[in-house]
Amino acid sequence: MAEENEFEPVIVGFFCNWCTATAADLAGTLRMQYPANIRPIRIMCSGSVDPVYILRALLGGADGVIVGGCPPGDCHYVSGNYKARRRMAILKTMLSTLGIEEDRVWIRWISAAEGPKFARTMNEVTESIKKLGPNPISKDRSI
Amino acid sequence: MERYATIPIGNQGTLGAIRQFLASLLEKKLVDALLVPLELPTGDNVVPTIVSSPEQVQAANLLAPVMPVNAARLVSRITMISPSPDRLGVVLRPCELRALIELVKLKQASLDKVLLIGIDCHGTYSVADYGKFVSESSSPTEDFLKRVQGGKDDPLLRKACQICEYPVPMCADLTLGLLGAKLDKEILLVASTPEGEQVIQELGLEEAKATERESAISGLVAERAKKREEMLKQIQEEVKGLEKMMATLATCMNCHNCKTACPLCYCKECFFDSPVFEFEAEKYLGWAKRRGALRMPNDTLLFHLTRLNHMVVSCVGCGLCTEACPNDIPVFDIFRLVGYEVQKVFDYVPGRSLEEELPLTTFKEEELPDIGV
Repeated sequence: MAEENEFEPVIVGFFCNWCTATAADLAGTLRMQYPANIRPIRIMCSGSVDPVYILRALLGGADGVIVGGCPPGDCHYVSGNYKARRRMAILKTMLSTLGIEEDRVWIRWISAAEGPKFARTMNEVTESIKKLGPNPISKDRSI
Repeated sequence: MERYATIPIGNQGTLGAIRQFLASLLEKKLVDALLVPLELPTGDNVVPTIVSSPEQVQAANLLAPVMPVNAARLVSRITMISPSPDRLGVVLRPCELRALIELVKLKQASLDKVLLIGIDCHGTYSVADYGKFVSESSSPTEDFLKRVQGGKDDPLLRKACQICEYPVPMCADLTLGLLGAKLDKEILLVASTPEGEQVIQELGLEEAKATERESAISGLVAERAKKREEMLKQIQEEVKGLEKMMATLATCMNCHNCKTACPLCYCKECFFDSPVFEFEAEKYLGWAKRRGALRMPNDTLLFHLTRLNHMVVSCVGCGLCTEACPNDIPVFDIFRLVGYEVQKVFDYVPGRSLEEELPLTTFKEEELPDIGV
């Protein structure tokens, strides 16, 4: 049983309408459990996630952010996920260079058929963020 | 591929010879106008000016080590709505030229009918330092050349310039070559394109060989690169980590001057100037309650981190962001450090080539194996 004071992270999920968000539905239909720590936001494409959304979530106190997109080659809009990957490379490089925990930001490719992978990935990210502990930025008064 | 010619200096001095060269471009109608830094009547600063008369161009000063504005922004301002109707020569430092190439790729400037004239750059002082330098020197430009000749360290140079490894223009039609030239005798004129070659031909300048140019350049570049390594390491020690970042940006008052001075903050409308960041009082008090306290103005870290994400892949490291900060925040330090790392990821050098696509407008199917599984 979980202890009462166990840290429950808040993780914001940006999920592509055509794949990861559908996979979330499928996981539900399959009655697979995934942690309630995830706060899913459906977006039209992983390529539409401006880094400012991710940064806003992190600086606003979220403990983690996960972007879910179509597997490479399968973007509904042809190349949105490839562009998301490049944006993510810039964001993660920036965060690690500045010593801000880049491990709090995830991107995963989960197709509409991969309900089990969705549930598994959400468990993984939640466990990983739990290990990192609360986001120090969420307590900082000087954002 | 490059063709060289010499501009003789004679008894008019280096600056005089350059002025004569610029005037002849206008006199012979090789260009109809020039965008060039002109000296202020007070002599303590220069300002970029569009000049169409050969007489006015006599006030040009390309050797004054000061850059109050990155002129790439001005070329963009001139050509954004419609390309230049007449031949316009723009005289730019390497970092201005690189920024301009990035702006062209971002479709915010046009090079139609534009002749790109670059000049080797030893670096620049801050506007304040230059003013002081001028007041203490009887012939500032000559004194400056003496201070930096042979790649000497000049502590007055801005930090950005001290670690700039691109002292030579890239993508210019014509370059005024100061590095490796015997500046008491001649300046080297380097033509890198047919347009540039045509100018040399029309002016009837004597062809030359660039014997010492390459070694002078590689020596200076090596020295700057070494200094860059040292300085970036030091910067990292100063800013790395959330606490240090917060401390570095603590006095940010959200004026967005760094954004205004930046030649590459390319959005026509900035998200951070939008009503998205206007909140009800309730919100502010709510945040303060949740965190215990809320520094005002808020969202300053978000502003800098977002700006980094949006433009740092094209950052040319001109350092004018730091110059623009009223509270002396070392904005350049952070941008140069992050830019260096981010540009390495894509093997991208901003302003290196017009053909090379901006990293965010292209992709490879197989790349970045660590990002996403």
